[in-house]
Amino acid sequence: MLQVISLLLENKPGALMRVTGLLSQRGYNIESLTVARTLDPSLSRMTIVVDVESHQRQQVIKQMNKLINVLQATDLSDSPAVVRELVLVRIRTSQESRTAVLKEAEIFGGRVVDSSTEGFAIEVTGDPEKLSEFIDVMGSYGEIDVTRSGALAIALESKKLKLQPPVPTKAGARLEETLSN
Amino acid sequence: MSTLMSGAKMLLECLAREGVDCMFGYPGGVTLPFYDVLYEHHIRHVLVRHEENAAFAAEGYARVTGKVGVCCATSGPGATNLTTGLVDAMMDSIPIVALTGQVPSKLIGSDAFQEADTFGITRPCTKHNYLVKKLEELPQIIHEAFYVAASGRPGPVLVDITKDVFQGQGHYQPVTSIHLPGYKVFTEGHTGQIKRAAQMIQESERPLVYSGGGIILSNASPELREFVELTDAPTVTTLMGLGSLPSEHPNFISMPGMHGSYAANMALSNADLLIALGVRFDDRVTGRLAAFAPHAKVIHVDIDPAEIGKNRAPDVPIVGDVKRVVPKIVKAMKENPVPASEKLKAGRRAWWHQIREWKAEHPYNTPRSESEIKPQHLMAEIDRISGGQAIVTSDVGQHQMWAAQLIRFNEPRLWVNSGGLGSMGFGVPAAVGAQMARPDKLVFAIAGDGGFQMSIPELGTIASNGLPIKIIVMNNGYLGMVRQWQTLFYNNRLSSVELDCFPDAEKLAGAYGFKGRTIDKPWELASALEEAVNEPGPYLLNVKVTPMECVYPMVPAGGAINEMVLGPPQPVAVP
Repeated sequence: MLQVISLLLENKPGALMRVTGLLSQRGYNIESLTVARTLDPSLSRMTIVVDVESHQRQQVIKQMNKLINVLQATDLSDSPAVVRELVLVRIRTSQESRTAVLKEAEIFGGRVVDSSTEGFAIEVTGDPEKLSEFIDVMGSYGEIDVTRSGALAIALESKKLKLQPPVPTKAGARLEETLSN
Repeated sequence: MSTLMSGAKMLLECLAREGVDCMFGYPGGVTLPFYDVLYEHHIRHVLVRHEENAAFAAEGYARVTGKVGVCCATSGPGATNLTTGLVDAMMDSIPIVALTGQVPSKLIGSDAFQEADTFGITRPCTKHNYLVKKLEELPQIIHEAFYVAASGRPGPVLVDITKDVFQGQGHYQPVTSIHLPGYKVFTEGHTGQIKRAAQMIQESERPLVYSGGGIILSNASPELREFVELTDAPTVTTLMGLGSLPSEHPNFISMPGMHGSYAANMALSNADLLIALGVRFDDRVTGRLAAFAPHAKVIHVDIDPAEIGKNRAPDVPIVGDVKRVVPKIVKAMKENPVPASEKLKAGRRAWWHQIREWKAEHPYNTPRSESEIKPQHLMAEIDRISGGQAIVTSDVGQHQMWAAQLIRFNEPRLWVNSGGLGSMGFGVPAAVGAQMARPDKLVFAIAGDGGFQMSIPELGTIASNGLPIKIIVMNNGYLGMVRQWQTLFYNNRLSSVELDCFPDAEKLAGAYGFKGRTIDKPWELASALEEAVNEPGPYLLNVKVTPMECVYPMVPAGGAINEMVLGPPQPVAVP
């Protein structure tokens, strides 16, 4: 099943690689992945949709939380959340269909971002499933090219972010101390 | 207060602050500035003969001391050669820090000489890794690396440092604190779950402690012992947990799993409660997971939340350090005693009785021969000399399993083997690290004739450093464990497993300036081992054993652990 994960991670070199590497290493299929900076430029927000068996969902979150650059990994699949995606469709259409295409786009809340004699470029945002329907509908009017952004999600209930406090150096010697005790 | 110094000097300064007294490495072009400052420093650098062995030696050091082991390699091939050791440390949760050189930052990405994407390559091989391109970040990162390696569930951390960082000059200011806001370590355990665990343990009729490497990593053996003695629960310890409870302890049953004992596997299969402490329900222990410990409720204590429920869903999950949690369970049991009914007491007596019967019914096979040295005989003799006190390192394969079955470990951190990754060529370099850390200890490095031939270069390291390691080659002329599988599961078609050429041990050791000997008669065994141990320097003892012996019991891959094959199905013909 599809699992939507929201990650808050430090914007550090290699952080993206750690996340994608972990997913492929553990055999989880990535459906989509989006990432951008947050209000705090030192952090990034990532929305990942993975295809995993339901009993593995917790394991994915736990493995994500083990990454040192990840501040918080949240499973949004069951909690109240809004999931949205952007799709850009370029459609070549005949003169006769132009009006019908515009009507359909309107139904899906689409916006024409380019228009030419050949056809249109249309953007639509919405629920990923709705977008799939939109793409199907457009496909029935002519040849289309599609770019999807991948899902973006936000939780509707804020989850408290627990950050770890600084520790003094030489903390690594903890084991040594306990050994000598 | 800050001092102007080079990056190389800063690195050394940080290592000294972390208490590093010994490291294992191999220099090269981009690490030259570091080796230049190391020249006049008190940190001892052991020059290995191959970088993979630097990582294995650092592991050996870490495994016997509990301190962070340090290894070092140059860019490109030096770094790529480290990777097996890094994964090995990852699989067994061993704290090591690997330092690698990288080409100058301006050349990164240009396919420069000896350039490799070490940062990318080692991402899945490490708990965390760093690429340092700015001098001012170096001290902070080095201390972070040591902290991450040693804390929580330990593991390897790699720091890749560009040559310009080594060479640059900067103001060094000692780092006093580390801030990793996303690095979560859970040590204490959930109070409610601890109480539940304490109650379940007291109500259990057939409890079994299943203790693993986590107990050793956390130095929690005294706590484990107190718990076991309080509950009087029988205890099995995994391959990684051998020594967590002394082998001679009356509650110690033995090792479970694919080549575990009949009693341990039967106990797991019949227990009504598993108290799993610092273990990860590895496939080599559980066999077919669905049939593993089918009657048992499970209390699982581990510091890594991702291990809880990964393979077996526990009834009582406790995320925490066994060293902190086990005493809390003990305390909770003492504070809330559950009076044992007569029925329960009788049940527990019957449980112990049953386990003793299993032990007596099928102890480990220890065949002896008049004409040949049986591999089990070799291990029994090593055990006799060790008396549960020597450090024993091993590779992977038949010799490892026989050693684990038949050699006693009465303390933690004596048994050093490649458990999770199963790396051949681990034992000898690990012994280098172990002996460097514990010059006072008798160290046996047991290897097969296959793994030993991967380690021969390190005879140079052993000789140069005068390390009195006793290398015991269990030589059956085959890649024994692979051969065993071919015999049992591939119609004895022995494809590419015969090692028909092995160097003359006396000449080989002699070429490196120490003593060596080959024996193949059972009556030579005891005296040859004693000669090896009494030799003040290193010793290479090549022991030719029965070629076709198989390790039993054996749970065939995918089988349930109570479906063990206890001995050979029929006499195996020597081809």
